[in-house]
Amino acid sequence: MAHDSAADHVTHSDHVAMGEVKEHPTWSTYWKVAVILTLITACEVWIYYIPSFVAGHLFVPTLLILSAAKFAIVVMFYMHLRYDHKLFRALFTGPLIIAMVTIVALLFLFGHLAIHAT
Amino acid sequence: MANPAAAIEHHGHTPTTTGLDHRKVAIWAFIGSECMLFASLISTYLIYKGRSVTGPFPHEVCSPPVCDHVMKPILNIPVTSVSTFVLLMSSLAMVLALAAVENADKPKHSLSEKILGSSKLWLFMTALLGTTFLGFQAFEFTSFVHEGLTIRTNLFGSSFFTLTGFHGAHVTAGVLWLVTLLAIDIRRGLKPKDAVIVDIAALYWHFVDVVWIAIFTLVYLIH
Repeated sequence: MAHDSAADHVTHSDHVAMGEVKEHPTWSTYWKVAVILTLITACEVWIYYIPSFVAGHLFVPTLLILSAAKFAIVVMFYMHLRYDHKLFRALFTGPLIIAMVTIVALLFLFGHLAIHAT
Repeated sequence: MANPAAAIEHHGHTPTTTGLDHRKVAIWAFIGSECMLFASLISTYLIYKGRSVTGPFPHEVCSPPVCDHVMKPILNIPVTSVSTFVLLMSSLAMVLALAAVENADKPKHSLSEKILGSSKLWLFMTALLGTTFLGFQAFEFTSFVHEGLTIRTNLFGSSFFTLTGFHGAHVTAGVLWLVTLLAIDIRRGLKPKDAVIVDIAALYWHFVDVVWIAIFTLVYLIH
């Protein structure tokens, strides 16, 4: 039986038409993202030099949130994960989640979060 | 359904069952595996953090009898903040290079359009900023060795040099990749059909950037 290989294939245009892929952002968006990343970095370094804040309980969570925000912004806008196909999103977020769970698990087992029997 | 021959012509890759370029799928899978690699290195650093029995220490002063003489905290936050900014700006230059290649066929009238549309300029800027970051890292490593911290000094030295050294090796590979792309661009010019090869390099470069975002916070700022 003759096999029409063309019928099995999907093109980039088809993904765009189906709404699975969006067009990449413009130059102005890239510049705005750069400004936001710079401001967040400046904020991180600024709070590092506030002794009362460093001594408080909010220092580490604040830095982790700011860092996660920068990470997400770069991944979404510069790596185009917000605009690209969901398969790419799965290929990245799947291992990322495993990696983060591994770090937390190891910290609970051997690190500063470890619960030691008394 | 679109004609596969047209897909090759317009998107620069052979038709696939997913409609996605195999090279892009491969780089995302590679980046996923790299997440695991850096997770292991970061977790090792975090587990060994604060467990060094001799100085120098990252954020604390080391005084006798723990150290032979008083050693100040070794991490230089102002210098590293500047190098972090340099790497962030290299990501901006990289994404502008990709946009320039994607829009290479569009007419450019004003000076700003010509500057923004120059893939050679932005590829060069990305490689230059990447090299600058490596220069900062070489300066940091050299100053640490002069202050008595090597990979064999204590647990902090071992885990710190391993983590940041692996990252530096990735940046070096990225710079070589960018220089190769720049050479291709100078030789024959990068066209919109070549956008995927620039996109793949850009994804790698941005990944190196996001890894540094995590390292900067976890290693340099949190104490």
